Amino acid sequence: MRHKHPSVETQYMEARQGFYASLRNLDRRSFLRVSAASAAAAAAHGLVPPASFAPVSVAHGAPDAQDAPAFRFAYISDSHLYAKDLNDRFAQALMRAVDDVNHLDPQPDFVFYGGDLAQLGQAHELDLGAQILKNLKAPLKVMVGEHDWYLDMGTRWRELFGEPTYSFDHKGVHFVVLMSVVEADFWTKRGMTPMERMTTVAGLDNGVQSPFTVGPEQRAWLQKDLEKLPNNAPLIIFSHSPLYKLYKNWNFWTDDADEVQAILKRFDRVVVIHGHTHQLLTNRIGNIHFHGLLSTAWPWPYAPQGMPELTIQMSRPDPFNPNDGCGDGEVLVHPDGLVDKVYALWNRNPITVAKGYTASWGKECIPPKPNRPSF
Amino acid sequence: MSFGPKATIAIVACAIVVGLILGCAERLSPRPATAPAALVADHMAQWKQRNPDRANRWVEEEKERHKIVPPADNSHLLKGEQGKGHPYGNYTERDLLLWNRELEKRVVNGSRIFHSADLLGGTVGVSCDMCHPDASNTHPETYPKFQPQMGRVALLRDMINWCIQHPVRGKALAPDSPEMRDLEAYILAQRKGVALEYGKH
Repeated sequence: MRHKHPSVETQYMEARQGFYASLRNLDRRSFLRVSAASAAAAAAHGLVPPASFAPVSVAHGAPDAQDAPAFRFAYISDSHLYAKDLNDRFAQALMRAVDDVNHLDPQPDFVFYGGDLAQLGQAHELDLGAQILKNLKAPLKVMVGEHDWYLDMGTRWRELFGEPTYSFDHKGVHFVVLMSVVEADFWTKRGMTPMERMTTVAGLDNGVQSPFTVGPEQRAWLQKDLEKLPNNAPLIIFSHSPLYKLYKNWNFWTDDADEVQAILKRFDRVVVIHGHTHQLLTNRIGNIHFHGLLSTAWPWPYAPQGMPELTIQMSRPDPFNPNDGCGDGEVLVHPDGLVDKVYALWNRNPITVAKGYTASWGKECIPPKPNRPSF
Repeated sequence: MSFGPKATIAIVACAIVVGLILGCAERLSPRPATAPAALVADHMAQWKQRNPDRANRWVEEEKERHKIVPPADNSHLLKGEQGKGHPYGNYTERDLLLWNRELEKRVVNGSRIFHSADLLGGTVGVSCDMCHPDASNTHPETYPKFQPQMGRVALLRDMINWCIQHPVRGKALAPDSPEMRDLEAYILAQRKGVALEYGKH
């Protein structure tokens, strides 16, 4: 039985319930807006949080049901671990990211690791990474990066995580994980030791190494893997390097990107999520929407040439704060396969690149401009 | 009849001397003078092949690994009547080559230090290029400037030392040490053509 004049407590609890119900349909950015609005409303009533809860009603438009994300996953990437007693900072940073992800409530469906777990591909570095990642509560999917590979050509990584190229389906979305950092042999004729090969590949601006490729074998595999999918199937591809040609000097580049893009061309829309660039990076080429991942170790500067127009560059990191420009994040997957990409920068407000931004070629849902230029 | 290696060297040396004399006399077309030069180059290459440990290729090796922006082109000094009334006299190609080689050594050695945690004296495996590939985002053209995080005016070398002490976790370099001079040379060289804008934040 409901009283005609509910008590203050009942009013409060009802408003609170309604508020949380409305929150379920919000992405993180709208949430910030709503929180600000609620604080303002509370202030207008002369109430100061947290003494009082500030109720707000959120209007829902018709397309919401379709627009609500079907599920979400979290990501961590590019931790570049050394042995813990050599460099504790990078290990601490990965532990922080694991802690961040473990405190997401509700938990994401899975956690994606974007490659470059180790700095020099050494077994003890990979083991340390695997050990830290074991603390994740959600299931883990791992991709390989060039720093994990070129010491023992993937032996230890394979023992820990399995084959680097695979695909899986999750809630109606097809996911593909590629090993996009295949380099042509530059080491044999130079007589390099495995460690020399590794340090050459580990240098971003080292011009001795070859450009990254997916390679003919994997392209054939990809073609076959996608064969059974209809053109409108939601499809998300993971690659360590961006699957397009951004800046060759730093291997922000996949040499056979055109061939891979040709395989993806028949689909209505494809999302490619890549590591390696350690920065907020957005691009769209035809039907393919590209999103970068943040690193937990350090941010890279933006490439001096070839920057995609859609990218809203993150603030120039403050060198005096080792965590600035680093972070982890979440990916909210919509039923049509497009995603809202959340960059959870550790030292800044989180930035969401909503699906509407790339879908409208940057005309709508424009992410907030960072407060400092990227320089 | 056969010649030993010593005899070959003697013949080559004679040919150079003759070639130089003839070349200086400018009585002949340049061809007879350049032929011995090519022989010398060939001989040098052979010597390097036989003595790989003694042929020091560190400049070439580093230039192959990392992009080094070349210095300004001074070939205009060789044109026209630049020698007339000039306080330092006539410059020759040899002068320009000497300047460039000496300059290159400093810049290239700076690049080696920049890309090596060991040469930087780092203790955590971090080198400059890990945040600054090709010395990008170092913006040396904005120094000197007041660095609020330090609370004082910083020169480029102060910022280099800050990075060496913090992310690299090494010992600060003496401001005039050879390593610091080479690091500055490399970082500045990579920004060739960028307008100087000291004090910019």
